[in-house]
Amino acid sequence: MEKILVGLKRVVDSNIRVRVKSDGSGVETEGVKMSINPFDEIALEEALRIRERGDASEVIVVSIGGTETQQQLRTGLAMGADRAIQVEIDHAADPLTCARILLALVNKENPGLVMLGKQAIDNDNNQTGQMLAALWARPQATFASAVVIEGTAVTVTREVDMGLETIEVDLPAVVTTDLRLNEPRYVKLPDIMKAKKKPLEQIPFADLDVEVATEIKETNFEPPLERQRGVIVDDVAGLVAALKDKGLL
Amino acid sequence: MSKVLIIAEHDGAALNLSTAKCVACASELPDAEISVGVFAENGEALAAEAATLAGVSQVIRVDNAANANLLAAMLAPQITALADGYSHIFGPSTTFGKDLMPRVAALLGVNQISDVMTVLGSHSFKRPTYAGNAIVTVEAPADKTVVATVRNASYRAVAADGSAAVETTSVDAELPDHTRFVELKAGKSDRPDLQTATTVVSGGRALGSAEKFEIIYKLADAMSAGVGASRAAVDAGYVPNEMQVGQTGKIIAPDLYVAIGISGAIQHLTGIKDAGTIVAINKDADAPIFEVADIGLVGDLFSIVPELEAAISQ
Ligand SMILES: Cc1cc2nc3c(=O)[nH]c(=O)nc-3n(C[C@H](O)[C@H](O)[C@H](O)COP(=O)(O)OP(=O)(O)OC[C@H]3O[C@@H](n4cnc5c(N)ncnc54)[C@H](O)[C@@H]3O)c2cc1C
Repeated sequence: MEKILVGLKRVVDSNIRVRVKSDGSGVETEGVKMSINPFDEIALEEALRIRERGDASEVIVVSIGGTETQQQLRTGLAMGADRAIQVEIDHAADPLTCARILLALVNKENPGLVMLGKQAIDNDNNQTGQMLAALWARPQATFASAVVIEGTAVTVTREVDMGLETIEVDLPAVVTTDLRLNEPRYVKLPDIMKAKKKPLEQIPFADLDVEVATEIKETNFEPPLERQRGVIVDDVAGLVAALKDKGLL
Repeated sequence: MSKVLIIAEHDGAALNLSTAKCVACASELPDAEISVGVFAENGEALAAEAATLAGVSQVIRVDNAANANLLAAMLAPQITALADGYSHIFGPSTTFGKDLMPRVAALLGVNQISDVMTVLGSHSFKRPTYAGNAIVTVEAPADKTVVATVRNASYRAVAADGSAAVETTSVDAELPDHTRFVELKAGKSDRPDLQTATTVVSGGRALGSAEKFEIIYKLADAMSAGVGASRAAVDAGYVPNEMQVGQTGKIIAPDLYVAIGISGAIQHLTGIKDAGTIVAINKDADAPIFEVADIGLVGDLFSIVPELEAAISQ
């Protein structure tokens, strides 16, 4: 196949414990470390490995958002992507609108494979890949922990509640990645320098002729009910007694 | 009135408990009239089982050889063909529902509400985001079908004392041939299922190897418990992936959760927030798991766990 399209979402770093704003309008993102969604980083790593094995010739990273997302695209280029596309949009896009945007890019670029993370760790929606596959009328292989390209098809092992499911789908297709698919490479300094010279195309959202979906309105954010720190017992006898006390043994 | 279609999850022989939990969630919608769609190769027994779920008024049975393995690409067009007239289409927030429901939503031209934890009204819900660190109230557009997945750990299965009518039907939908099932490798275990067990014992990276993880199984057996693990324990290959608890594994709500050699990363805690009682055994008194544990014991798990097992087995 010629091209693989990879989605990179800019999200609050996974090591940050987010705080809900006191007025309930959202979570605090001011001054918070932002990163590539970890699942997307895994998607990119897999795409690069497929290209390095000779099963694809070009890896394109895409991000939907404001100028700040160029940071994540540059990181993707430093990891090894060949070029980047930023779809410029000034408001957070919902999953269906993102899927429509990706479809517009798919129609432009004709990739053999679209690789996305299974979920973004900010809104935890887990929707965009499946939606893109539906709109494109192509296969989806979600929650991948192994991806093997075999000619015009790809065999994907999926992490499901029961264990591991293997499916075979024809290309082109959408694959969404789970955490155990691979371990993304570290970016080295020379690669960051090289990435600055790689092409980064900006496409205004309006140029794509995509209809914005009716969004699900987020009207209030609140912190979860916190669990309280309990008692510390001294030994196993104390633990057994405490469990018996609660009627749990 | 809310006319709800619930997509049943099953393994061909029996319904997954997640279906009865979806019914529980749907029952909270104002004036709910609930149908359950059973898509299977031969759904006779499954449809009969769905008909017993309390609160269900109708079961729609769709038999098709293409439904043998519940592939999203096969099911989604059949579900959308049936969607007319329903105000809500719900599925479970399990890997089955997470894979399928967004494909249905996209075909219907709507966004999905993922992981419903509270029903506030016919179009208003609460759901967790940021690994459960923020709970969001969401409003779905009033003039469109509500497609949602139901967070299992937030609901208790409805009773099986109902008797709904079963209607067998065939749907007119073009099914693709681009997606083929190859195999399912399911971990066979006689232990209670992780997602429904009343007690769960989990081990983390501290166990060190698959062999040493045996002490977790032994303790679990003494407590008639299901067994879980942290991502680190799964990544290291001590246990298979289906045992992972957390943001990207299973979200569980047992009466008792025992975390052994698990530090308590936010992504792990997301999976156990709804547990009744949390017990933590960890050698580091400052481990974050103790901030949420109802009962904590600081010490070396390799001496504590066998001693605990012996004490319980007595
Ligand atoms: C996007 C994303 C998603 C994730 N999803 C999940 C998820 O779903 N589930 C999940 O669990 N994690 C998840 N993680 C990983 C998570 O951040 C942690 O890395 C992981 O939970 C750590 O596992 P652990 O507690 O077993 O290991 P560690 O953090 O290494 O903790 C080991 C603990 O064992 C204790 N210990 C060591 N030796 C002993 C001994 N002899 N006796 C007693 N105690 C001992 C230590 O004090 C330590 O607290 C995710 C991470 C990311 C970035």
